Amino acid sequence: MKKKLIALMLCLAMVMMPLLASCGGGGSDDGGSSEEAKMKVGLITLHDENSTYDLNFINAFQESCDKMGVEAVIKKNIPEGQECYDAAGELVDEGCTLIFADSFGHEAYMIQAAKEFPDVQFCHATGTKAHTEGLDNYHNAFAAIYEGRYLAGVAAGMKLNEIKEAGNLKGATPKMGYVGAFTYAEVVSGYTSFYLGAKSVCPDVTMDVTFTGSWYDETAEKEGANKLIQGGADLISQHADSMGAPTACEEAGIPDVSYNGSTKSAAPNTYIISSRINWSPYYEYCIDAVQNGKAIDTDWTGTIETGSVELTELNEDVAAEGTQAKLDEVKAGLADGSIHVFDTANFTVDGAALDSYKADVDDMGDYEPETEVISDGYFHESEYRSAPYFDLQIDGINLLDTAF
Amino acid sequence: MDKTKKEPLIHITKRKMISKKREWAIRLGSILIALVVCAIITTLTTHLNPISVYASMIDGSFGSERKIWALLKELSILLMVSVALAPAFKMKFWNLGGGGQVMAGVLATTSCMILLENKMPSGAIILVSLIAALAAGALWAFIPAFCKAKWNTNETLFTLMMNYVATQLVAYFIIKWESPRGSGKIGIINPNTEAGWLPVVAGKQYLLPVLVAIVITIFMYIYLKYSKQGYELSVVGESQNTARYVGINVGKVIIRTLILCGLICGLTGWLLVAGTDHTMTTTIEAGRGFLGVMVAWLAHFNPIGMVLSGLLMVFMSRGGGEISTAFGLNKSFGDILTGIILFFVIGSEFFINYQIHFRKSHGKEAADV
Repeated sequence: MKKKLIALMLCLAMVMMPLLASCGGGGSDDGGSSEEAKMKVGLITLHDENSTYDLNFINAFQESCDKMGVEAVIKKNIPEGQECYDAAGELVDEGCTLIFADSFGHEAYMIQAAKEFPDVQFCHATGTKAHTEGLDNYHNAFAAIYEGRYLAGVAAGMKLNEIKEAGNLKGATPKMGYVGAFTYAEVVSGYTSFYLGAKSVCPDVTMDVTFTGSWYDETAEKEGANKLIQGGADLISQHADSMGAPTACEEAGIPDVSYNGSTKSAAPNTYIISSRINWSPYYEYCIDAVQNGKAIDTDWTGTIETGSVELTELNEDVAAEGTQAKLDEVKAGLADGSIHVFDTANFTVDGAALDSYKADVDDMGDYEPETEVISDGYFHESEYRSAPYFDLQIDGINLLDTAF
Repeated sequence: MDKTKKEPLIHITKRKMISKKREWAIRLGSILIALVVCAIITTLTTHLNPISVYASMIDGSFGSERKIWALLKELSILLMVSVALAPAFKMKFWNLGGGGQVMAGVLATTSCMILLENKMPSGAIILVSLIAALAAGALWAFIPAFCKAKWNTNETLFTLMMNYVATQLVAYFIIKWESPRGSGKIGIINPNTEAGWLPVVAGKQYLLPVLVAIVITIFMYIYLKYSKQGYELSVVGESQNTARYVGINVGKVIIRTLILCGLICGLTGWLLVAGTDHTMTTTIEAGRGFLGVMVAWLAHFNPIGMVLSGLLMVFMSRGGGEISTAFGLNKSFGDILTGIILFFVIGSEFFINYQIHFRKSHGKEAADV
């Protein structure tokens, strides 16, 4: 019994320890006292290098920190829960003055941390709430990846034309398949821009879309791609992050337009091109802003010009002839504003062209669309906030399932 | 010819008695050996100084006030699940459904918070969600317990499958209540009104779960050690026939014990949603239902001992995270070290329960190991 009592006392002591520590050490700051120390920048990631999504952030972050001469501190495998707030707090304790997070579900906890530490800048990729939250030190960022998707779509359309001319279409008209994750605006915007890119060079193309209900599920993505191939798709693309769709295409000999980076090594005979977001320009922009006391944009949208939207290597062995020249031409058109991805002249909804549409840009949990996003003849994607909000179901795209 | 009995080289016998001192010496010795093995592997594979790796693990758990609080919160939640599982395991009812019982509590709490927002004051939502979470956790434990008591179904498989049912139900309601639409996440529940959120005690966000865990742990210690019900369930665990013979209603004890287990798991789910995370995900339970089994076993179902075994687990997990940050190592490296230490700690139980004798040579007594 005596031993048990001692054990009990020990537990209590353990619980009291931080309380006492907090009473005694009130407000003393022991870490980061030397002023000439390097600036510290933190990154919170959902998974680690084994996820292509997180790897894309981690690589860019390391690169940018090295280039800017600041110290990088990375907290990996942080779930989308209270742990994210704890991790942000720990980064602040360690002396970070600028903190990034990479996953959509981290947002609420980053906001919580931003409210508690007003002197630290918090930047959250893919989030939607910065413009309504009204905090000076909380920011969202995304990239106009729909432009990258559009370009990738152009490459896909060229390939379909080539297949069509060779008389090798599976059906009467060209058909693409797309493996999506969720019916989320980011995914809808992605597949629609991809489709419109293909349609701009191959007008009679249609597309089937299936959803896996996960951002990373290799088996489901592979099955999804196989289902689309069996359904008569002449070409596949995907949003989800695993190698599922590219390997399914390689096995079936169906050309694939990839995402998040080249998959040529795994699919040398079917990989055409891939689009990805390069986060380095954003990291460098934010580090520079903090170093020089400049304000960071509440919503920052990277573009092709900032170097945030990239196309990875074009596989000349698979792509149709003249693809590179066409891509350069369209890229220039996007840059000078002569081409708009969501030009209302190029798509219809239920058979009619749109001249007005309200989107749910202010994400207040009310599902209330409140912002007019069509003007000057095109849908203004990623302008009223950085995260995509294009969620229209346009004609020519057929959703096979919408359970997710 | 010498006609001696042929004796094997190694010969294992069960120990009858072992002094507490010796028992702890074996345990501590095994941890020391584990640390040496970890050090060798660290040096060989990463060329880092193992001492600085260990220092960084300690820093990751105890390095700042915030880290200590995070450690205590993790420990509290894990401890509650472990404490909840202890009576079932002591009764030899293999309840692998702690995770599912927590998820049932999570789902019940979330439902109350979402459906009752703006319908009643926050205090009332807290109360209703608490009752709902307790009921849901208890129900999730009651179903396999009832089937076990009534039809002698296999509780291991049953409770295990109930985990998947609970997780899939949570997944279904996440899609139903998702925000923003299509994202597959429900985000923070009631972010503006904070309806149903537990109050922050004494300005310390994690104090409440810590206090609840202390109360539950002490309660379970007393329940198992001094109550009639605690005695009954240990008799059922020793032998169901003996229990029946002395007039214990075995089915009743099984159901009663599992309901208690489910109540505590439901309470844990309630603390997770209303107290700390304020959201619901399919991974919010984070494998604690299984980890809790290990914590409970290591401590021989003594709730006070579970504080130590739970602390070891949480320390290893937080320390593992810290070394991946400090040295740029993959999280898997922390898992490898955790695995090695657990291997030795669990292995030490063998040497506590059994004695190894080597074949006597030259008439000398072999030393016990």
